[in-house]
Amino acid sequence: MASPKQEAHWQATKRLMIITLVIWFFFSTVIFMFAHDLNNASFLGYKLGYYMTAQGSMLAFIILIFWSNNRQEKIDREFGFSDEDREED
Amino acid sequence: MAEKTSKQFIASLPKIYGIYTGGFLAFIILMSFLEKAGISGRNIGLMFVGFTILIYALIGWLSRTTEVDEYYLAGKKVPTVFNGMATAADWMSGASFVAMAGGIYFGGYTYMAFLIGWTGGYVLVSTLMAPYLRKFGCYTVPDFIGARYGGNFARFCAVLVLLVASFTYVTAQITATGSIAQKALSTEAFPVTFAFGCYVGLITILICSMLGGMRSVTWSQVAQYIVLIIAYLIPLFWISWKYNFGIFPHVMLGDEVQRLAALEQQFGLVRHTKEVLTEAKIPNDALGNATSLKYIVGGHSAVPAGHEVAWRYISLAICMMVGTASLPHILMRYFTTPSVTAARRSVGWSLFFIGLLYLSAPMLATVSKISLMDPNLPTAIIGKKISDVMQIGWVKNWIAVKQVVIVDFNKDGILQLSEWFMNEDVVVLATPEIAGLPYVISGLVAAGGLAAAMSTADGLILAMANAISHDIYYKMIDPKASVRNRLIVARVLLVILGFAAAWITTKGLTGILGAVAWAFDFAMSGLFFPLVLGIWWKRATRSGAIAGMLCGLIAGFAYLVWVGVPNKDITFFMGATPWKDIHWLFVDNLRFGIPGALVSLIAMVTVSLITKPESKAVQDMVDEVRIPSGKTIIRNA
Repeated sequence: MASPKQEAHWQATKRLMIITLVIWFFFSTVIFMFAHDLNNASFLGYKLGYYMTAQGSMLAFIILIFWSNNRQEKIDREFGFSDEDREED
Repeated sequence: MAEKTSKQFIASLPKIYGIYTGGFLAFIILMSFLEKAGISGRNIGLMFVGFTILIYALIGWLSRTTEVDEYYLAGKKVPTVFNGMATAADWMSGASFVAMAGGIYFGGYTYMAFLIGWTGGYVLVSTLMAPYLRKFGCYTVPDFIGARYGGNFARFCAVLVLLVASFTYVTAQITATGSIAQKALSTEAFPVTFAFGCYVGLITILICSMLGGMRSVTWSQVAQYIVLIIAYLIPLFWISWKYNFGIFPHVMLGDEVQRLAALEQQFGLVRHTKEVLTEAKIPNDALGNATSLKYIVGGHSAVPAGHEVAWRYISLAICMMVGTASLPHILMRYFTTPSVTAARRSVGWSLFFIGLLYLSAPMLATVSKISLMDPNLPTAIIGKKISDVMQIGWVKNWIAVKQVVIVDFNKDGILQLSEWFMNEDVVVLATPEIAGLPYVISGLVAAGGLAAAMSTADGLILAMANAISHDIYYKMIDPKASVRNRLIVARVLLVILGFAAAWITTKGLTGILGAVAWAFDFAMSGLFFPLVLGIWWKRATRSGAIAGMLCGLIAGFAYLVWVGVPNKDITFFMGATPWKDIHWLFVDNLRFGIPGALVSLIAMVTVSLITKPESKAVQDMVDEVRIPSGKTIIRNA
């Protein structure tokens, strides 16, 4: 059986997973439902719909992964389950 | 003693690869001097390909090993950033390097769904998969299925999905390796065949993987990444500087993208009918789309209106993303990191290194297109007299090998936008020539394409050989096998699978294996839900997982056969009936993973709920997997 501490750690992990995937869904799917309309706006001189598919969403994914990893590492440390200082296994 | 030297080795990695990168840049400069001194372009190309292959082979030989943990997991000590580079090379295939910019060049917005699909999937890998699979300490992806669900049959099903997905993918890589090797090795006095190119490519691929397994592949993939990224970025930045598009093309090409839209208006975008294409002898499929030779049909930055376009884009992106998170040759790269936290971080680095190339592909397509279209540039050909265009050196060369075709539809003697046909792959290979860069850059691009194709082929062949040697031979047939025998079997399988893939490629049977996209669809149909639910849903049972894998794979395959492929080469495989435009919600042969994965999910959940929950031992194991600290679950060494 999972200890209460493990249970709480998993709850926090699950919450972070859902937040991460909602942001991921926004940048990978929701934006491209409206790409045609977004093309009326512009960013850095590019049409916005084109920019999001050529660069914007990819940059968002990279930032999202690093951000989410940092949050997860904080959760792991908070509950004492971090393995960062492990030497061998 | 061995422990100490291996730590020293890891600590000195930045220095080793720093010297390597410097050496490679020096080699490029040396080649450009030789070009000035009058060495022929052909010899420079040969030296580029030969020199890089020699380096990879040397790395493969230096990383040879006789230990299983080293052979299967590179000793679990690959630092995060280096694993990121190795994964990026593993990931970016010949198709990404050679064909992606070309695809964007001709396909515009709709093709860029691949860009989103092939990057967004890493968010799923990082949150749902990599850290937990690393905690398991498995050697292969089926090893996880076998340990989590228990029983040889579940393990066997996972091996089956892995083989189907990886084999679909690997032949495309050998084709790319073979055609680049053929071009580099051929001389007028001694022309070599495509088959010879394939086998030369295969032998170098095997040298990189056979002696040291994952260890050799890891360190040669890092070296291959460095070559391929240099080869991709130098031409882009050079052209951008040469024509004053901006110092940093990624943020400074806005004007050029708008200029392209204006030029498209001026020249007019025409879509030819099937009859017109057939009469002009341009190969096309049942829908009237040009297949091997393409012409510009859609706008460069325009997004077509309508729900159908949006859904086609999104459905393709979803298939590629979920497929990414299920492809075994990618997931197994994260088993080699020193810790769970390192595995997670390494996913971020992988996407960073992949992004360096993928963010550049649309920009390369832009500079390449504008060099041909903008009448103010000396390189422009559209709108010029056809008789003049035919005299340009690079146009002549590519027409001679039938990669470029000009058809004067309106008989006015002027080259229109819709009269210029070009093979997609030629865009990246010819852009340096088009922009008038020295030949040394073309040689560099050939070396980069070869590195991209070889590194992916290495990862795929190793994933297949490891699954058979570890999961079938060691876990099912002979669990008492000695380390020596396990490694012999692994190596023999590597050679057999490699030659099987090369044989199929040289026989021209790749048509029956279809598109690279199919590998993603097969992987997501069979593996995505059994992997995710194995970690995130304790109630998932063995029978449920088996049902999920088999029903998903069968449903996906059946759907593929039902919709068929609008290409004549494949009709005999799909049965003798000609292709008909049938589909469900526009889900075509590139997107069959959607019905496949849905069936897999439903089958897995239903069967899991009607079978008894797994034992307490399994439940505890899942709890243990969910925390990063503590020992790995499986110990294979």
